[in-house]
Amino acid sequence: MDSVRTKDKIVRIVIHVILIVMSIIMIVPFLWMALTAFKTVQESTSITPFVIFPSEWKFENFVEVWENYNFLILYKNTLLMIFFRVLCAVLTATMAGYAFGRLRFPGKNFLFSLVLIQMMVPPQIFLLPQYLMVSKMGMLNTTFALVFPGLVSAFGTYLLKTSFQGLPKDLEEAAAIDGCNIGQRFLLIMAPLTRSGMVSLGIFTAVFAFKDLMWPMIACTSIETTSLSAALAKMQGQFAANYPQLMAAALMACIPMIVIYLIFQKQFVEGIATSGGKL
Amino acid sequence: MKQKVKKKMTKAQKNEAVWGLCFAAPAIIGLIVLNFYPIINTIWQSFHKTGDFGKGNTFVAFANYSSVLTSGEFWQSLLNTIKYAIIEVPFSIVIALVLAVFLNRKMRFRSGYRTIFFLPMVAAPAAVAMVWKWLYNQQYGLLNHVFNTDTAWISDPKIAWISVAIIGVWSIIGYNMVLFLGGLQEIPHDYYEAAEIDGATGIRQFFKITVPLLSPTTFFIVQTRIIAALQVFDLIYMVMDKTNVALGKVESIVCVFYEYAFTFDNKGYGSTMVVMLLIFIMIITVILQKMEKKFVFYN
Repeated sequence: MDSVRTKDKIVRIVIHVILIVMSIIMIVPFLWMALTAFKTVQESTSITPFVIFPSEWKFENFVEVWENYNFLILYKNTLLMIFFRVLCAVLTATMAGYAFGRLRFPGKNFLFSLVLIQMMVPPQIFLLPQYLMVSKMGMLNTTFALVFPGLVSAFGTYLLKTSFQGLPKDLEEAAAIDGCNIGQRFLLIMAPLTRSGMVSLGIFTAVFAFKDLMWPMIACTSIETTSLSAALAKMQGQFAANYPQLMAAALMACIPMIVIYLIFQKQFVEGIATSGGKL
Repeated sequence: MKQKVKKKMTKAQKNEAVWGLCFAAPAIIGLIVLNFYPIINTIWQSFHKTGDFGKGNTFVAFANYSSVLTSGEFWQSLLNTIKYAIIEVPFSIVIALVLAVFLNRKMRFRSGYRTIFFLPMVAAPAAVAMVWKWLYNQQYGLLNHVFNTDTAWISDPKIAWISVAIIGVWSIIGYNMVLFLGGLQEIPHDYYEAAEIDGATGIRQFFKITVPLLSPTTFFIVQTRIIAALQVFDLIYMVMDKTNVALGKVESIVCVFYEYAFTFDNKGYGSTMVVMLLIFIMIITVILQKMEKKFVFYN
């Protein structure tokens, strides 16, 4: 019995060691990003001695990047893009999810097959025509352009349909007997019950929009109108050698999302996990 | 059949149909405008030559296709994409599976580990790529310093594709792990208890119980990862400079598509590339569906 216990203990320790090593591998890039952001260019490119910690913790790089690139506007653009995409996607997907999950109407199967087909097609195929549409509307380099491809969500419609299907039938029947019409039933009873599905979709949409690089690069080419991700790409092109400033910019771009993630971890993990590899 | 239903529709059914259509309408109209019109438009463009200033497109039948299929660039980028997937998919899945099995028990810091592994999922790929590019830097990078090497991680054509794929693996491990943890929770605990009584070791239990019972989850992850890996763009675009000599050996299909469609403004050619990607992904999907029956063990 004793030997079993010591063996158990050794296994436990080995597992922890492996997990700790993996944790270090996951953390080091973020740590290096932060350490570099506080260094001077000389420190970051010094080989003998190799500098790990900055000699002085100065915020100069952050201030300079903030001012040169007007980070406030980038935050605002990204926030507005996320806000409107989440609002539109959750709204349309919840309504359509209710229709597909609970109601009978002609053409239902055909229309739902459109949703499924959209999910199977590589999204790059939409880009060029979407760009041409926005361009024709004269809306390039606007918040509308950032939001445009995310106005509806096929994945969200699918997700919410599944949520609505999982709800018990009698709730709605009772409401129908009480004289609620379908709109009231949806609004007062059914929609609130799919809150967790809506939250998942909202988080997924927000993270997806935040991470998206190609669309903002295409649709919003000026640095005043684009999102954080695309702005980072632009900055890298402009001062490739100044790594402390680049790292300061990257850190500032990532920190808000990381903080929100640390606060709402459970919802984040669930929301992103339900996305089925779309992220 | 449909007519019969229509004739028999009662007032309540009609009412329901109207509500249903109205509720579905915003999403469906959006999908048609934002996705289905673009699919058709992209295919249409792939049969046309882009005129000067984007005007006067002329029909060229399969000319774009034949020039894509005879260009070395396309086949090289396809090969690069497949090579990327060959590293990213298996490594990210195997490592994630091992981590998930470790974390699927009561232990200290369990949620702490999970939080850390999942962290790259909420970081912008542009930022992730930037810091990795810096870590890989030949002169000043942390990696060459720590390993005391002088490796040109991202500009040596022989290894650059591996270096880029490693970033992909690093980015996605946590995500795969969370999906595996979900799958592991569904395996009934009695199986392990029974195995324990029979004296099966942990490793034996892993291969005889966990792996087969987890196969639906594994298959799902493999499928979604392969399809996502074939669309890789962000990392490669951010890490590989235009002047990087290894670029040609790393560039993915989507990178080349982006170049033609948006930098060179050759919409016909770009559209053709993306249609080829669509066809390729369709073929992979069909093959995977066929393999599902063979490899997945449904309880």
